[in-house]
Amino acid sequence: MAKSKNTHQRSLWDAQITQRALVDSLRKLSPWNMMKNPVMFVVEIGSVITSLLLVRDFRFHGVASRFDLQITLWLWFTVLFANFAEAMAEGRGKAQADALRRAKSETMANRLNEKGVIVQLPSSKLRSGDIVIVSAGEMIPGDGEIIDGVASVDESAITGESAPVIRESGGDRSAVTGGTRVLSDQIKIRITSNPGETFIDKMIALVEGAERQKTPNEIALNILLAGLTIIFLLAVVTLQPIAIYSHSPQTVFVLVSLLVCLIPTTIGGLLSAIGIAGMDRLVQHNVLAMSGRAVEAAGDVNTLLLDKTGTITFGNRQATEFLAAPGVSKDQLADAAQLSSLADETPEGRSIVVLAKETYGLRGRDLATMHAEFVPFSATTRMSGINVDGRTIRKGAAESIAAYLQASGGILADEVRADVEGIARSGGTPLVVAENNRALGVIHLKDIVKGGMRERFAQLRAMGIRTIMITGDNPLTAAAIAREAGVDDFLAEAKPKDKMDLIRREQAEGKLVAMTGDGTNDAPALAQADVGVAMNTGTQAAKEAGNMVDLDSNPTKLIEIVEIGKQLLMTRGALTTFSIANDVAKYFAIIPAMFAATFPVLAALNIMHLRTPQSAILSAVIFNALIIVALIPLALRGVKYRPMNAEVLLRNNLLLYGLGGIVLPFLGIKLIDMAITAMHLI
Amino acid sequence: MRKQFITACLYTLVTTVLLGLGYPLAVTGLAHLLMPAKANGELIAKDGVVVGSKLIGQSFTGPGYFNGRPSAAGTGYDAANSSGSNLGPTNATLIARVDQSVHAWQTREAQHENAHTNVPIDLVTTSGSGLDPDITVAAAEYQVASVAQVRGLPKDQVAQLVKAHIEPRQFGVLGEPCVNVLELNLALDAMAAQRK
Amino acid sequence: MTENGWFQIALFFLLIVLIARPLGIYMADVFERRKTFLDPLLAPIERLLYRLTGVEADKEMRWTEYGIAMLLFSLVSMLVLYLIERVQTWLPWNPQHWPNVPAVLALNTAASFTANTNWQSYVPETTMSYLTQMAGLAYHNFTSAAVGMALAIAMVRGISRREQNTLGNFWVDATRAILWVLLPISIVFALALVSQGVVQNLRPYDTARLLESQKVVTQDSAGRSVTQTVATQTIAQGPVASQEAIKMLGTNGGGFFNTNSAHPFENPTPFSNLLEMLAIFAIAAGLTVTMGHMTHSPRHGWAVFAAMGILFFAGVTTAYWAEARGNPLMHGVAQQTSATQAGGNMEGKEVRFGIANSALFATVTTDASCGAVNGMHDSFTPLGGMVPMVNIMLGEIIFGGVGAGLYGMLIFVILSVFIAGLMVGRTPEYLGKKIEAYDVKMAMLYVLVFPLLILGFTAVTVLLPHLGLSSLANAGPHGLSEVLYAFTSAAGNNGSAFAGLNANTNYYNLTLAIVMLCGRFLMIVPMLAVAGNLARKKIAPASAGTFPVTTPLFTILLTGVIVIVGALTFFPALTLGPILEHLLMYAGKTF
Repeated sequence: MAKSKNTHQRSLWDAQITQRALVDSLRKLSPWNMMKNPVMFVVEIGSVITSLLLVRDFRFHGVASRFDLQITLWLWFTVLFANFAEAMAEGRGKAQADALRRAKSETMANRLNEKGVIVQLPSSKLRSGDIVIVSAGEMIPGDGEIIDGVASVDESAITGESAPVIRESGGDRSAVTGGTRVLSDQIKIRITSNPGETFIDKMIALVEGAERQKTPNEIALNILLAGLTIIFLLAVVTLQPIAIYSHSPQTVFVLVSLLVCLIPTTIGGLLSAIGIAGMDRLVQHNVLAMSGRAVEAAGDVNTLLLDKTGTITFGNRQATEFLAAPGVSKDQLADAAQLSSLADETPEGRSIVVLAKETYGLRGRDLATMHAEFVPFSATTRMSGINVDGRTIRKGAAESIAAYLQASGGILADEVRADVEGIARSGGTPLVVAENNRALGVIHLKDIVKGGMRERFAQLRAMGIRTIMITGDNPLTAAAIAREAGVDDFLAEAKPKDKMDLIRREQAEGKLVAMTGDGTNDAPALAQADVGVAMNTGTQAAKEAGNMVDLDSNPTKLIEIVEIGKQLLMTRGALTTFSIANDVAKYFAIIPAMFAATFPVLAALNIMHLRTPQSAILSAVIFNALIIVALIPLALRGVKYRPMNAEVLLRNNLLLYGLGGIVLPFLGIKLIDMAITAMHLI
Repeated sequence: MRKQFITACLYTLVTTVLLGLGYPLAVTGLAHLLMPAKANGELIAKDGVVVGSKLIGQSFTGPGYFNGRPSAAGTGYDAANSSGSNLGPTNATLIARVDQSVHAWQTREAQHENAHTNVPIDLVTTSGSGLDPDITVAAAEYQVASVAQVRGLPKDQVAQLVKAHIEPRQFGVLGEPCVNVLELNLALDAMAAQRK
Repeated sequence: MTENGWFQIALFFLLIVLIARPLGIYMADVFERRKTFLDPLLAPIERLLYRLTGVEADKEMRWTEYGIAMLLFSLVSMLVLYLIERVQTWLPWNPQHWPNVPAVLALNTAASFTANTNWQSYVPETTMSYLTQMAGLAYHNFTSAAVGMALAIAMVRGISRREQNTLGNFWVDATRAILWVLLPISIVFALALVSQGVVQNLRPYDTARLLESQKVVTQDSAGRSVTQTVATQTIAQGPVASQEAIKMLGTNGGGFFNTNSAHPFENPTPFSNLLEMLAIFAIAAGLTVTMGHMTHSPRHGWAVFAAMGILFFAGVTTAYWAEARGNPLMHGVAQQTSATQAGGNMEGKEVRFGIANSALFATVTTDASCGAVNGMHDSFTPLGGMVPMVNIMLGEIIFGGVGAGLYGMLIFVILSVFIAGLMVGRTPEYLGKKIEAYDVKMAMLYVLVFPLLILGFTAVTVLLPHLGLSSLANAGPHGLSEVLYAFTSAAGNNGSAFAGLNANTNYYNLTLAIVMLCGRFLMIVPMLAVAGNLARKKIAPASAGTFPVTTPLFTILLTGVIVIVGALTFFPALTLGPILEHLLMYAGKTF
C-alpha cells in the first residue's frame, strides 16, 4: 500500500514536544484535572498528605527524616511522570494541530450573493449554504461541494500528498476542503459547514485531544482500575489497625508508599496517553476517526466489506495473453492488437500495447507518420479499431465482432469462440481482434489482483475477520476473482441495496461490519456499518455518513485501521496485566520491611535480600515511579501486533506482560536497592 | 410486589410443612423401619444397663483401663456438650497441657520398656469432638504393658486383645486404622472377669 | 504424608469428576423443564405447590423481579425462623425443655441460616429444640441452597439468552431445585448416613453408666475448685441424619451438634466422611456441567471445573503437608507417621479420620461455602489453618456454595475475559456477549463487597479491647487469625470458624449477622444485574479473533486472576496472622 508521504512521523522524544510536556505535567497537577483519573488522583492525595506531614515535622521538630523526604519526593515524581506521559501524547497531537492551524489562516472569500454579485468577506463569516467562487491560486475558504466547474486542487495541507487532485461538479469527486488551494481553473462551491465546524476544525480538535471522550472500553477499564484502587485502599487502611494489634503501628509515609505501590499506577498513569497515542497513530496513517468509539470498533470487526474495483484489483482490466485463432501466428495477432490500440488511451488499450511490447518485442509506432485512421469506440458499434495501409483492424466484445464479421460475410471460428468462453469462465474479459473479415484471435483482459492481497486476507482470517468482496460483476467473474484474491466470500451483481442488506444481515448475527465507500450511494451503507471509512476524494454525503475519513483515499487502509484498533486495546490490556503483576514483588519488598523491626522472623519473606527496611520501601516506590517513564515509549507506540489467532496472541502477551510483570520488578527493585545503598541515600 | 409478598408467605408455609416436618419425619420413620439400632445411636447395654454408645468415647483415666484421648467436652467426654479445645498451635496453654500429659504418661510408663519412647500424639491431644471413641493402634500398644500389670493379666494376652480390636481402614482404604476404647475396655473387663 | 492419604484424596476427586457430568446434565434438564425420570412422582407435587402458593409458573421475570421475589422469600422465611427460635419452649419436640433462644442470638442464627452460612454462635445440643432444628434450621438448609441454585441458573440464563429481558421464574427455579434435586438426594443420603451410625430419632437424651466413674475438678461460681464424681454420661440424640444430609448437600454446614462433623453421631465412619465430602462438592461441581450445557459450550463448563480443580489441589496439598508436619513446639511426642499411627498435628482431629481426611475435609468445606468441620480449624497449624481461610477469601468459588459458587466464579470469569479480551485486541466477549462498562462495574461491586466486609470489620474489631478482643481464646498472631477467620467465614457465607473465639456476645452476634447478610445479598444484587444485562445482549459468533473460553490457557488465566486478586487483597493481613505465626512457631515462640 502507498506509504504516506507526509511528515506526520515524528521521533518519539522530539525536543520541542518534550519541553512543552515537561511544563504541562506541572500544570496538570491541578486537582480538577487529576480527578478525571482516580488512580493518579489517589497518588496525588497521598503526596499532599506526606508533604503536609513533612512540613509539620520541620515546623515542630526542625528536622524531617531523609527517608520521609525521599518518599515524598518520589510520590510527587510518580504523579508528574504520569502527567508527563499524557502531556507527551497530547504534545504530539498539538504539534500536528499547529500545522493544521496554519492552513486555516484567514482568507477572503468571493461570495455570490442573492443577486449574483460577488461580495468579498472573510472566510470565517461563511455560513452553510453560501456560494463562493474560487479561482486558480486561491485558497478554498471552507468545506463545500463544487456545483459548477472542474479544477485541480492541492490538498497537501491536510493529506500531505503533494500531487494535485482533480475535483469536479457532480459525481463522486465534488467535495472540497477548506484550507486547500485551487491550482487551475475556476470553480463555484456551495459551502456545507458553519464556522468552527469545518473539517479542519474537527481535525484540529481531534488531534489536540480537546474533544477526546473516553471510549467504551476505556471507561470499562477505568472502572476496573478504580475498583482495584478501592480494594487496595481498603487493604492498606485496614492494615494499620491490624498492625496496631500486632504492636507494630506504621507511619503514614510507609502506608502511603504501600498504597501507591499497590494501586495500578502504571496503567493508571499511562491510560490516557495510550488513548491519545492511538488516535495519533491513526492520524499518522492519514486517517481521521470521528470518535474513539469507531477506533475501538475497528478492533472488533468481524466482517470486512471490500469493493473489488480499486481495492482488491487495480480497478482496470489489463491484457495478459494473446490467444491466436487457428492459422494465425501469435505475432500476427499481437501486431494487429497493438495497432488497434495505439490510439486507445483507455487503460485497457494501453495495457495491450504494453503486453505486445513486453511479450513480442513490438515497439510502439508513431501513428501520425502512418497516416492511420483511428476508429474510436462507439456505443452503437461497441468496437474500436484502426484503418491503416488498407488494413481494417477492429477489436471488441465477441458478440460485437461476430456481428461485424457476419456483416462482411465472415464468421467467428469455433476455436475462437471456445477461447472466448474459456476466458469468461476464468473471470477475465475476452476481446476479439479481427482484421478485414477474419478473426485473428482473442486478447485476454484480466482484472489484476493487487500484489500481496492474498497474504493480507490470510492475516485477517487469522485475526478472525472474514472478508467479503463486493462487485458489480456477474457471479462467474466474481467467483474467479474471489478465488484468486483469497477472499472468504463475495457479493456479485451488487446494487447499493444489496450491500445494505448484507450489512444488516451480518449485524443481526451479532457481527461488526467495516466497509469503505466514496459515492453518495454508499452513504447509507457507510452509516449502517459499524466502521465506515469514507474516502477523502468522495462526496460530502459519504464523508458525513462514515465515522472515519481516509485522507489517502486508499481502500485497503481498512486493514491498518483494524490493526491500530486492536493495538490500542492490547496496549491497555498488556499494561493492566503488567501493572497488577508488579504488585507481587512490591509486596515482597514492602511487607517484610514494614514489620521487620517488631518481628525479625519476617525477614524470611525478604526474598530479594534488600539491604534495610527503609531502602526496601524506597526502592519499591522508586521502581513504581520509574516504570511509568520507562513504559512511555510503549504506551505511545503501542505493543507490537502481528496478526495471529487470539489464543496464541494471549499466550504470548501473558508470558511477556504477565510473567514478565511478575519477574521484572524483583530485578528492578533489587537493582535500585543496591544503587541507593551504594549512594548512601538511605 | 404485594402479590409476590403473599406468595413468599404462602411458599414459606407450604415448604416448611414439606421440608421442615414431612422430610425429617419420613426419614425417621424409614430409618426406624430399616435400621432401628443405628438410628438410636448404637447403644451398648451391659446387664440391662446402658453403659455407653459404640460411637461415643467416654472418660478412662485410671491405669486399669486403656485410656482414651484427653477431652475438651465439658468435664471430659460430655456427650451432651461436645467441644474441641480450640487452642491454637502456638498457644502456651496448649503446649503446657501437652507437656503435662507427656510427663504424666512418662511417669505412668516409667517402669516399662516404652519409658523413653515418645508418647503417641493422639494420647496427648484433644480430639475435635471431645468424644473421639478411638485411639491409634500405636496409642493402644503403648499402654499394653501398664494395663496388663495393673490388671494382673499376661502382657501378650492383653496385646492379643488389642490386636483383635484393631479396626482396619474401612473397605481397606478409607480413614485410618484405630481401636475403639470403650469396646476394648469392655473386652478387657470380660477377660479379667473370666480369669477370676 | 502417606501414600494412602494421597490415594484417598485422589479417590475423592475422581468420584467428584464422575458425579459431575450425570448430575449436571440432569440439573440442566430440571431447570430447562425437560422430562426427567422423577416427573411422574414429582410433577403433581409441583403443580399442587404452585396452586397453593399462587405461583404463575409460566410467567418470566426480569432481573429486578427475580431479585425482589428472592429477597421477599428470604426475608419472610428468616422472620419465621426467628419466631420459631423465640417460642420453641412452647412448641412440641423439645424433650430437653430448652428455653427460648435469646433475641440477639436468635437474630444471628436466623440471618446465618438464611444466608446459607450456618455460622453457629450457639451450642446446638444445649440450645435448640428438635423442632427448631428440623423446621427452622434444616428447613433453611433446603431453601437457602435452592435460592443459590436458582440464582446461579438465572446467571447462566443471562449468559445463554439472546436479546431477552427475563431470566426465568424464581419460584419455579427454587421449587424445581428442591423437589428434583435436593429432596430426593437428601432422602437417600440420609438413610445411607444412618447405615453408618448417624442417629435419627426424636427421643430425649440417653444416659449411660460409665465403666469407670471419674473424679473431676471444676470451679464453682466463686472460683473455688470443687471435686465431684461423675458416674454417668448423657448422650445427646436427635433427628440428625435428615439434617446432616441437607447440611452437606446444600453446603450449609450447620452442625446438629456443636462439633459438627467431628461429632461421632454426625460423622461416625470414614465412609460417612467420604459421603459427606462428596455431598459438599456434588451439586457445585455438577452446576459447572449444567452451565456448560445450558450455554451450549460444555467444554467451557469443564474449563471452569478445571480451574476449580487446580485451586482445590493447591489447597489440599498445602493443608495436608502442613498438618502432617505436626507441631514443632510439642516435645516428647511421636508425631511422625509410622505403621501404627498417622502422626501429624492431631490436636482437634479425630483418630478415625487422621491427618489426610481432616486436611481434605477442611479444604473441601471451605472451598465450598459449607463450613461443616470434621476437625477444629482453630487448632490446625498456622499454614494448615491458613488454607481454609484463603479458600474462603478467594471468594467461595472453588466449587463454592451451591449455586453461589458458580455465580461467584462467573463474575471472576467475566473479569478474566475482560482482561484477556483487551490483551487480544478486541472488546472483551464472553460466549458471544460483549463485556461492557456496566458489566465491569457490577462485577467490581461484587468483588468489592468481600474485602470491605472482611477487612473492615476485622480492623474495627481488633481495635476494640472489650467488645472484640475479650472474646479471643488465643493471643498473638493466632488471635488475629481468629477474628479474621470469623469475618471471612461470615462474609463468604461459609460458617466454619476458628471456634475458640467466643462469638456468642452481642457485639459478635450483631456484626457477624450484618456481615453474613451483606455477604449474601449485597453480592447477589450486582450479580443479578450482570445477569439481566447480559441476557439483553446479542450473541456475536466466535471467530479466530475471539479468545476461546474452553482451553487450558483460559483455565490458567482464570486461576491466575482469582489467585492474584485474592492474594493481593489479603496478603498483608495474612502476613500478620498465619504467616507470622508460622514463622514464630518455628522460632519456638508461644503466646
